[in-house]
Amino acid sequence: MSTQETPEEKLPAGQDTAHGAVRVADEKNPFADPGLPPHEPRVQDVDERAAKRSERTVALLFTLSMLATVGFIASFVTIPVDQSVYIFPIGHINALNFALGMTLGIALFAIGAGAVHWARTLMSDQETADERHPIAAPPEVREKVMEDFRQGAKESVIGRRKLIRNTMFGALALVPLSGVVLLRDLGPLPETKLRHTAWKKGKLLVNMNTNEPMRPSDIIVGSLTFAQPEGLDPHEHGFMNEIAKAALMIVRIQPENIKDKRELEWSHEGIVAYSKICTHVGCPISLYEQQTHHALCPCHQSTFDLSDGARVIFGPAGHALPQLRIGVNDEGYLEALGDFEEPVGPSFWERG
Amino acid sequence: MKKLSARRRHPLAALVVLLLALACTGGLYAVFAPASKAQADETAQSLTIEEGKKLYAVGCASCHGTGGQGTTDGPSLVGVGAAAVDFQVATGRMPAATSQAAQLPKKKAVYTQAEIDQMAAYIASLGAGPAVPTEEQYGPEGADIAKGGELFRNNCAQCHNFTGKGGALTHGKYAPDLEGVDPKHIYQAMLTGPQNMPSFPDGSLSEQNKKDIIAYVKTVNGDETVSPGGLSLGGLGPVSEGLFAWIFGLGGMIAVAAWVAARTAKARKS
Amino acid sequence: MSTTTSTTNPSGADGPGRSRGKAPAGERVADWADGRLGIYSLAKANMRKIFPDHWSFMLGEICLYSFIIIILTGVYLTLFFHPSMNEVVYHGSYVPMQGQLMSEAYKSTLDISFDVRGGLLIRQLHHWAALIFVAGMFVHMMRVFFTGAFRKPREVNWLFGFLLLVLGMFTGFTGYSLPDDLLSGTGIRFTQGAVLSMPIVGTYLSMFIFGGEFPGDDFIARFYSIHILLLPGIMLGLVVAHLILVFYHKHTQFAGPGKTNKNVVGMPLLPVYMAKAGGFFFLVFGVLCVVSAVASINPIWNIGPYRPDMVSTGAQPDWYMGFSEGLIRVMPGWEINFWGHTLVLGVFIPLMIFGLVLGSIALYPFIESWVTGDKREHHILDRPRNAPTRTAFGVAWITLYFLLLVGGGNDLWATHFNLSINAITWFIRIGFFVGPVVAFIVTKRICLGLQRRDKDKVLHGRESGIIKRLPHGEFIEVHEPLSQEQLHTLTAHEQYKPAEIGPLVDENGVERKVKPLEKLRVKLSKGYYGEESQIPKPTVEEYKEITSGHGHH
Repeated sequence: MSTQETPEEKLPAGQDTAHGAVRVADEKNPFADPGLPPHEPRVQDVDERAAKRSERTVALLFTLSMLATVGFIASFVTIPVDQSVYIFPIGHINALNFALGMTLGIALFAIGAGAVHWARTLMSDQETADERHPIAAPPEVREKVMEDFRQGAKESVIGRRKLIRNTMFGALALVPLSGVVLLRDLGPLPETKLRHTAWKKGKLLVNMNTNEPMRPSDIIVGSLTFAQPEGLDPHEHGFMNEIAKAALMIVRIQPENIKDKRELEWSHEGIVAYSKICTHVGCPISLYEQQTHHALCPCHQSTFDLSDGARVIFGPAGHALPQLRIGVNDEGYLEALGDFEEPVGPSFWERG
Repeated sequence: MKKLSARRRHPLAALVVLLLALACTGGLYAVFAPASKAQADETAQSLTIEEGKKLYAVGCASCHGTGGQGTTDGPSLVGVGAAAVDFQVATGRMPAATSQAAQLPKKKAVYTQAEIDQMAAYIASLGAGPAVPTEEQYGPEGADIAKGGELFRNNCAQCHNFTGKGGALTHGKYAPDLEGVDPKHIYQAMLTGPQNMPSFPDGSLSEQNKKDIIAYVKTVNGDETVSPGGLSLGGLGPVSEGLFAWIFGLGGMIAVAAWVAARTAKARKS
Repeated sequence: MSTTTSTTNPSGADGPGRSRGKAPAGERVADWADGRLGIYSLAKANMRKIFPDHWSFMLGEICLYSFIIIILTGVYLTLFFHPSMNEVVYHGSYVPMQGQLMSEAYKSTLDISFDVRGGLLIRQLHHWAALIFVAGMFVHMMRVFFTGAFRKPREVNWLFGFLLLVLGMFTGFTGYSLPDDLLSGTGIRFTQGAVLSMPIVGTYLSMFIFGGEFPGDDFIARFYSIHILLLPGIMLGLVVAHLILVFYHKHTQFAGPGKTNKNVVGMPLLPVYMAKAGGFFFLVFGVLCVVSAVASINPIWNIGPYRPDMVSTGAQPDWYMGFSEGLIRVMPGWEINFWGHTLVLGVFIPLMIFGLVLGSIALYPFIESWVTGDKREHHILDRPRNAPTRTAFGVAWITLYFLLLVGGGNDLWATHFNLSINAITWFIRIGFFVGPVVAFIVTKRICLGLQRRDKDKVLHGRESGIIKRLPHGEFIEVHEPLSQEQLHTLTAHEQYKPAEIGPLVDENGVERKVKPLEKLRVKLSKGYYGEESQIPKPTVEEYKEITSGHGHH
């Protein structure tokens, strides 16, 4: 890691003594290592009755475990999978889950507690020391390995026949490319997919709750409605990808309260349609505060002012929500006057 | 509603209405909402409104104006409808102590239900607005819980959380927990959009939709709701789960580890 | 496994001096295995291997055991889970989902929870164990960090542990995404947005990961093989390597009487450690079972199936991804448009900081060893107070991490403590820069204070709590002198001297140019070990001087 190596003599020592050597008590050095303290017996080591008690405790724990396992099997067989039960203070819960979990938990915990109690009270607790050996090999071993390696390298003639070496490196460097190329068909290229949605001129705005097209009179000031383009069916394949881009949030704001000129132009009598997909990382933003006209994203709290072109007023989103231009068709239903003019959802490199 | 209007079409009813209407003065009639308000119990109704007006003058007018036209301290109440009054006053949000708070919290109601009905009648008389819903509209009969769940996730969960545990809005405002909220009040909230909550009028969220949503909320967020896995940890998701895992899971294990590694008591205390 | 035993003659198993045939069955089986696997050589080195006892040395075991439990329960779950995004209509036993459209993945998770007996328990076990696994790794890593157990020769094992932490996070993330519920889907959407933010390659990567546009039909199946095969496979290998190195290096120990850098004091693997560690597996498993019996986790039936146009408030990832959530929430929305391209700094910068926050963990041991220039092996652990700068760095890192965790849950703190979400966000934005600095300074001061107290204790003894009145009326508290064991323990730590820039002229009198890197090293070394950063530990002379005058007070 570092080219800098501090010489040994400049490094501090833990003690005045040489490293590691266990020293006996030293008049001259009151801080010297007195060595391992003598072993002190436990109650169980000197009192056979205490040891017996420990033995019985351990056996009791192991027996408890056996009983709990029987309880587990009994619960599994007898308790219906959908039965609920009230357990204070947890509340109404599934009886089988509780019974299985508790019995299995007790069965396992008792084995562990038994083993540990056994180890703590009945197995020898004499502390001993193991010697450590340096991880690094001694110099002569190192020398031997280096020698062997040099010998091997020499015998392979790799150093002398450079052509072999270079072409081998070339071949090894290239061959993984096949693996990379194989990943190509994981997905299509982006092309302009992120720029288009299911909205087109003349597509009706369909209320997602009632599944009906909407009239301007359905949208009152202060209300919130979510819309999708007509013809999108949740049962059809590909719906998810489409709704992920096309979902709309429809609100009505008194035209005199709309500060952004383009927003007013693109609205129908104050009814504005904004993309429901946050421009930050794509959460469906829809916390609409009707008094402030702010829309808040529940994921990362980007806040947009829907009365001012949905510009960002707080949080991590980088740009305003895209607005869909809407109007009313001959039959009096709200319709789109085209697709979004900018990509919906999160920003990306090619967005521009 | 439909039963009521059916009774109204009873032949004798028309006669009664006519007689009563004649008995009343035209001036009194003028403060009523248009024709639909013409009812058999008009006198009673007018008395109710009178009582409501008195209550209003004492408890509400200082902020909302003597005629409900609104002041700098409170919005206009013309056209908010009886449903809004019932919701705001019955959940204790009104009367509010201050207009400066980020949001008015739910409190114990100050008025009795009878008084609230009187005030609601008075406000409804100022301009047409959503009426107080009936049991039939918000009751659980005929509701599709699963559909309600889907609607809830689309329309409500973004503020109120998956099962209506509530959530944060900007600058200290919040969407409250829906546990224990009267179905009628949930219905009224959807209908009228109290405070910063958007409204969901029938054109946006049909009557049946609202019924489904209420049924779902009552199923997944009530006293009797079963949480199969055990403690629901507030139903708040990974944050409370993470806290539980750290404190009780890992904490419990570390406590156990301390026991495993601790020295056993020695025979002789040193 | 262990080179220390490689000198044993491999043919020893068949050597003379063994009486075959008459041995008990167990021994015969062992002989059979030894003749083929050489198990006796392994056992010789390891059967009575010494392990020191300390509760904090068991944190790693919590991780190991939860990992094993996760594998066991995970295998069970694969028997019932369908990693498919085909849309189906639900007709199972959970009423509030009847007739709903959902993916097969979500449906099979509902079935595991409601129709398979014990399925819910195993699901909850799997998920709780995962949360505790990562939490355990976090705490284990902190233990290793604050005690300096990452120093030579354990840097590589530190890296293995670091990789396990990162892989554990991502395995967890791919795992909780599998049920295809509304919450995890929101997390996937966030990931996709983050991938899109990458300059130049973002859109391509996103298309390749999701097999086209978001959400597509592929990611569950792809995440599934990553979650159950690729990542756990790598992790299993790393866990084994991690454990081999623990055995090979032998465990570190705290300073104390009889404990040196050249030995390890404790109890033998067989039987004590076997019983304790083996027992601890069952204890961990038992605790997890009880937790899974009493506490619900990820109730996906409440959350609903994923739809990219729906969301719930309180959308957070599992805790170990929480700090990335915090980063993304508090970042201002910077976005630069130029020449028809967009640089999404508001997402890309958090993505980079995410890597830096994690990467700094991996690099730390190498930075410290560069600063100290110490290439010796270290087997005696530091007490955190005796390495104030390191401890301060660690606490600063944790402060940053937890601030970001708070930021990741800002909406819940807002509702539960009646705060403004905007205020919390601003608090974290400022705290991101200020918090770690304050934590650093405060921690260092606390460490130095504790060092002073230790010094005081060594030189003047422990406060006994006994008040004595002297003949002339003065009250003093009697200080008990420490035993030699305690004196040794409190003075055993090493204290580095700050590095200095070497002579500015070489032996020929030519002026030497000091490289900027060397200057930096000297500066850092001053920060680590300068006068402001450690209290010189008591010397024998000081001790003798004070104790000799003790009788006179």
